[in-house]
Formats: sequence, C-alpha cells, structure tokens
Amino acid sequence: MEATGTSLAPALEMRGITKRYPGVVANDGIDLKVRPGEIHALLGENGAGKTTLMNVLYGLATPDEGEILLDGTPVRIAGPSDAIARGINMVHQHFMLVPVLTVAENILLGEETMANPVFLDRKEAHGRIVELGRRFGFDIDPEAKVGSLSVGWQQRVEILKALYRNARILVLDEPTAVLTPQETDEIFVVLRRLAAEGHSIVFISHKLYEVLEIADRITVIRRGRIVGERRPEETNEDDLAELMVGREVQLTVDRGTSHPGAPMLRVSGLAASDDRGHPMVKGVDLEVRVGEILGIAGVAGNGQDEFVEAIVGMRRPTAGRVTLDGVDVTGRSPRGMNEAGVSYVPADRHRFGLILSFPISDNLVLTSYYRRPYARGILREHDAINRDAASAIERFDIRTPSPNVDAGTLSGGNQQKAVVAREFDRDLKLLVLDQPTRGLDVGSIEFIHRQVIAKRDAGTAVLLVSAELDEVLELSDRIGVMYEGQIVAVIDGPTADKNTVGLLMATGGAEREPAATAIGGTAE
Amino acid sequence: MSAATPSGAPRRERGLAYRVWARLAIPLTVTILSALVGAVIILVSELLVTGEPFEWGLALTAYGALLQGALGSPDAIVSTLVNTAPLLFGGLAVAFAFRAGLFNIGVQGQFLLGALGAVLVGVWVADWPPILAIPIATLAAILAGAAWGFIPGFLKAASGAHEVVSTIMLNYIAVALLAALVSGPLKVPGSPSPVTFDVGNAAWPVILGRNGHIGIVLAPLAAVFVWWLLRRTTWGFQVRAVGANPDAARYAGMRTKAITVATMTFSGALGGLAGACVLLGVTHTMTSSFGTTVGFDSIAVALLAASEPLLVIPAALLFGGMRAGAGLMQIKAGIPVELVDVLQAVILLFLVARPVLRRLLRLNTVPDEPATPRATTMVPEVPV
Repeated sequence: MEATGTSLAPALEMRGITKRYPGVVANDGIDLKVRPGEIHALLGENGAGKTTLMNVLYGLATPDEGEILLDGTPVRIAGPSDAIARGINMVHQHFMLVPVLTVAENILLGEETMANPVFLDRKEAHGRIVELGRRFGFDIDPEAKVGSLSVGWQQRVEILKALYRNARILVLDEPTAVLTPQETDEIFVVLRRLAAEGHSIVFISHKLYEVLEIADRITVIRRGRIVGERRPEETNEDDLAELMVGREVQLTVDRGTSHPGAPMLRVSGLAASDDRGHPMVKGVDLEVRVGEILGIAGVAGNGQDEFVEAIVGMRRPTAGRVTLDGVDVTGRSPRGMNEAGVSYVPADRHRFGLILSFPISDNLVLTSYYRRPYARGILREHDAINRDAASAIERFDIRTPSPNVDAGTLSGGNQQKAVVAREFDRDLKLLVLDQPTRGLDVGSIEFIHRQVIAKRDAGTAVLLVSAELDEVLELSDRIGVMYEGQIVAVIDGPTADKNTVGLLMATGGAEREPAATAIGGTAE
Repeated sequence: MSAATPSGAPRRERGLAYRVWARLAIPLTVTILSALVGAVIILVSELLVTGEPFEWGLALTAYGALLQGALGSPDAIVSTLVNTAPLLFGGLAVAFAFRAGLFNIGVQGQFLLGALGAVLVGVWVADWPPILAIPIATLAAILAGAAWGFIPGFLKAASGAHEVVSTIMLNYIAVALLAALVSGPLKVPGSPSPVTFDVGNAAWPVILGRNGHIGIVLAPLAAVFVWWLLRRTTWGFQVRAVGANPDAARYAGMRTKAITVATMTFSGALGGLAGACVLLGVTHTMTSSFGTTVGFDSIAVALLAASEPLLVIPAALLFGGMRAGAGLMQIKAGIPVELVDVLQAVILLFLVARPVLRRLLRLNTVPDEPATPRATTMVPEVPV
C-alpha cells in the first residue's frame, strides 16, 4: 500500500470546502486529497462534519465555498446521479437495498436502461456480477434474494453495485457498524483488493483501531475543521482520540473488579414474539447478580430487543418467568417494573426514550411525572421539576442552554445523557441497557460507561445489550451470547476473547458452515 | 440538519419575540391571504353576475359591512360573542383531541347530541327553579356529548378502529337520531311542524344586551380551563405525551389506551357544551332541521389556532364575527352570506398548505405544536 505519495494527481481533491447551516458551520475550509489506490480514512465524532463533507461530494449539498477536483480537473457535482456518472459511489450506513429483489436486480436497479433500451440483459449482467465478485474475492449468487442474505453479504452487494457502475471513488459510511469482527476482517480483504486495483476509497469511521488497521492515510475532523492528518505507522489510538475529541480521553474505562452478590434478576424459559407474532426469544435462562454487569452480545436482530422488552414490561412474554429479587414480576406493566426498581434505557431513544418536542425538563420526569415531588395530586409541581432538571443537567453534563429547550434540538450525546440522567439517578435494583451508546461521540460514550460502572459498584444488577461487541467486551463481567433467540454461551467477561465471541455470534457455536462461504448465513 | 450541529453546541434558545411570532405567523398570514382571495372572488362574481358598472371598491365595501356587522354597534358585538361561544367550545373539543393525536371529526355529532340531551332534560325540568334546571339541563348536554365521544374512543382503544371513520359515521347517526326524536316522541302534540317544547327555566340567562347569554363568559373560561388542564396537570401531560409520541408514553408507563378513551370522552363533553350553548342559549327549542355547521366549523377554528387552547379564542372570534356580520354584508354590498363559508373554506385550504407557508415564512420549528400534520391533510367532506 506504500505506492502512494507519488507525483500522481489525486483522484479526488476537495479544496477549501465550507458549508454553513443556520447557526452552524458544518464544514470550515476543508482540504482533502485522496490518491488513486488509497484507502483514506475520515475520522471524526458524530456531528463533526464528515457526513456533510460527503454530501457535498455526492452532490446532495452545495458548498458555500470551495471546489472539487477529479483527477486534477475542477468539477461541479449537481446531484447523486451526476456523482455516480463521474465514478463517485457511496455505500450508506443503512443499506439502500430492496430485500424482496435478487442480488442482480438490486445491482441493476436504476441502471436498467444502460445496456439495452427495452429488455434487461440478465445473462450478461449476471455474468458480470459473478465475475466482479470473483475478482474481489467472493462468490456471490446473483439470483439470491437480498432479504435472505446476512448483513455482511448485503454490504458486499452494495459494494458490487458501486463497482458495477464503474466506481473509481468509493465512499463507505461507517461500514463496519453492523458487522461481526469476522465479517469486518472479510470486508477489509475486499477493500484492500479494490485499492490494489487502483480504486480510491474514503472510509468514514469513528473506530480508531479499525482506521489504524485499514487506512493508508487518516484525516481527522473536529467541529467542521481538519485538525490533523496522519499515517497509521506514525500514530496510535490515544493520539487519534485526542485529535478527534480535542482533549485527552480515556479510551477504556477502568472497570475495576466486580463483587457480585446474590442473584437479582432471574429469567427462566423466557419466550417472546415480535410485533408480527414471529417467535424471537426461544426459551432463555439467565441470572444477573447484584453488583455485576452481564453483557449480551449478538448480531442485531437475534432477539435481543424482544428479550429486553419482555423483561421490562414493554412486551408480554409468551412463556417463562421473570423474577426480581425473588418476586415474580412476569408480565408486569412498564410502570410496575419501574416502581419495582427497574430502570430501562431503550435502544431507540427517539422512539421510546424521549419526547423530542418536549423540553428537557419534561423528559427528565417522563417516568416519574406523576409522583412526588413532581406532582401533588393531579397538579404538576413545576418548581420541583425545574429545580431537579437544573441539577441533573449539571451533574450529568447535559449541554443545553436551558432546561426548557426541546429535547429534539440537542445532539445525540446530550439526548442520551438526559435519558441516562433520568434512568440512573435513583435507587435501583436492576438497570437494563439496550444499546446505550449507539451513535454517540467518544466523550459521551466515556461518560456513560463510567456511570454504568458506578451504578454496578453501587450494588445494582446491570443487564447490558449491545450490537457493539467492543462495548460488551469492555464493560461486562460476564458475557452471554445470543443467537437466534437463545443464549448459546455464557463466558467470563474480563478473559473473553474477541474472536471466540465473534464466532459464537455468527454461528451460535454449533457445527455450521462459517458465514463467509458461498451465500453466507441466512438472517431469516 | 441537526446532524451537522457540533456536539456540545446545541442551537440557542430562541427569544420570546421569535416564539410569539412562530405561533402567530401562520394564523395571521392565513387570515390575510384568505381575505385577499375572498376579495378576488367578490370582484370576479361582480364581473360575471351583475349588469351594473364595475366597481373596484366593492370588496372593500363588503368587508367594511362585514366588520360593521360584527363590531359596529353594541348589538353587533353581542351578536359576534353569541356566535363565537359555540365555536369556542367546539374548537376546544377538536384542539384537545388533537393534542392527544386524535382527529375528532365528530364534534358535529357530539354537538347535536349535546343539544338533544339539553332539550330532552330541559323540557322535563322547564318548570323547576332556574338554579336547578339550568345546571341539570347543561349537565345532560355534557353527558350526552361525552357519551358520543366515548364511543369512538372506546372503539379505537379496543379494536384500533380509526376515530376519523367512526366519528364521521356517528355524525350521520346523530342527525338521524335527532330527526327521529324531534318528529316523534319529542314533538309538541298537534303542532303543524316538528318542534319540541321550550326549555323554559332551563334556558341560559341573558347577561349582556338583548341575547348575550352566559355562554359568552363560560366559553372563554373553558379555554382557560383546557389550557390549565394541558399545561398544569399530570393528566394533561399524559395527553400531550400520548399525542407527541405514543411509544415513549407507553415506555413511560402511561396507559395509552385509557388516555385515548378519556380524551375522546372529554372532547365529546366540550362538543356537548357547544350544543347546550346553541340550544339553551339561543333557540330554546329544537326543530327537526336543528343543526348549524358549528361542529364542522370547529375543525377550522382548531386548525387555525394550531390546537393551542388560548389561541382558539381569537380564532373562534374571527369565525363568529364573520357569521355575525354576514347579514349586514348582504344588505349593504349585495354579497350573499355564503361568502363566509367560502372564506372559511379558503382558510382551511391555506392551513392544509401549512408546510409550504412555514417554508415561505422561514419558520424552522414551532414550539410544542402537536404532531397532527397528517391529520390536517385529510379534512373530510362536510355532509350536507
């Protein structure tokens, strides 16, 4: 990969890109050079301006200042179709695929008219797809329905789609967010082959070790500005984290040692279905003890959400029992669980955790608005609500101009801190966390992790579900691996090996074909 | 582009002036635009219809007369207030349901049921002392309206039946029920036309001018009460939470179905009060053709007020004033009273285009507006 840095004109150059939104400068004079055959990582926290920059490149946003050069020639990119025509392709974090169509149909979507004005030339297209896949190291069946593919394979379809359109510059937005470690390794192999063939790759991420592993060059963005450019060999995770956040950060919280006590939550034979009635949780037995963090690892969609919801009262279990501190609480309402000493941080803070059109102060009492001191009879006590809101905002470092601004106007990190403030700030028996740091910046993640450890050390039983394996590994005293609605293994947290857990997540530990061959793991 | 906001630097809190503007900009703009469209309609109709020389000032004359008829004399003002009161109750009924994310199209039915309850019980207690007769008849109206609101609320909670469909159907049932009762058991024996007895002592007392009944005071008080309920009580907090984000409300432990039923019932009670307002306050008897379009106009009133209880007062005054002044406009400018219906319809049309207006006026967010844009795009046909 060291063939770069020659006098070749950059495949892509962005010069002095400035993009302002009302009240915010999203991009402030950004210069970016991507050479042919280079994997260029764009590193930055959520909200740093990475996405805006790529929207500018993709023609979705018009820059206020600056210009874009392709192979040294200034261009104006009018929109996504123009960008694609010029060989710039984007693989979004959320795949833009139609699940009921086949691989080939998805790849041809929008391109149908190119080959033949009337009929699709399937045969030719299929041949090209298979050939392209082979060239980059994977065998793909063009006839497979996309909906039946695993997430890792869907991503490959996205990349194939770009290659089919003769992409020279490929932008990948957080490509590994949804992958298991094995899948990540596999996609990295594909990316390296692409680069070796002369494709330029812009790799957007906030995962430091990944960037160090894959990139030839790393550009760090903070608050809309470029704050540094590094080569992987001349930097390390701490250096990058400091650049990205603007201060020294502790990347892994010191979790100390846990002192687990008696079992607090006991789940036996628990089963639950999703909203359409498909069984998602199929007989789970589990115990969470006082003063320990039990992490649930698993590829998203293996029943974790339904499992958690069945425990906290948001979903009726179809079978099994849930006991809390020896008391049977199976099928209690969310309020009943809350009053029994269970707090729950939901995975989707916009849908469940917050009412975005309500002020912070109201959101902070969302689960306790009817109780003293926030209410007397049916009257709301605004003085108490505002006083405690001001205090929570300070203690949990929620950056807001006032308790009275709507929750929707805050950044994701501050929104989640508000949820954490509400759910953590009381005496608890059990704390249930579903993806507590999804989409947050490093600073907020650090803060929330510390709070979780503190809660554990104060004697709370913590059940943590996360699709981010790193988070589970970092915090858990014990790790349960969930696969197709069942806990297939419970292992010791501090000594757990990432690859072992990753393999369990991908295969369930049974004698199965690894997901990487042929048309990989079907994700029902 | 909240994603572009650097973390730790949220948008600053807007000033008071902006927030007031954000609330009033749409209603004011819509009203002015509608008046302009109305003027064009007046001029075009003049051009097409009359043989007389064309007169540019006709629109001004018409609006002048409308204004004079609404505010030009003490009698006119009382008439405006009397026309406003039922619209205010009805507008509150729609606005309150909106706040819980429910589109109560059934205010017309609840209004009719309220009037029916008032006349049914009012005739029965007509000879009782007013101190008893008035509250009893009024309570009957409230209960009848509440029952008519409870039904769609219950159906929605129990089976998911959409309240728009069920309330529209209940409107037809209310019309038929009223006609059947008034021309049947409630009809004054021997009377040539279907009409009920007078409610006598149950009639609301007149406190201002010739016919300014107590409804003109009760209705604004009801607006303040609804505002208080929504803003200051845990009950109102639940209603707003269910309206703004039902999933989060459920997560927060609120019983969303019970709140849906209670909200529709309360909304129906307000609709019933609108019925009492007309029957006990103005007509005192009921004919089989009873039924102004109060229930439907209420929807426009609530939309114009953006479902903000206190803003329902000026919105209802605007519509009430137009009703009161329409007569004089017809006499002085020769413009038929139906122009008022046209104006109302134009206001509704502009309100449906609210997102466009908001972009034109450069309003980013309106604080605490209930999530009902999808509802405003499906304003129903008005059954004749």
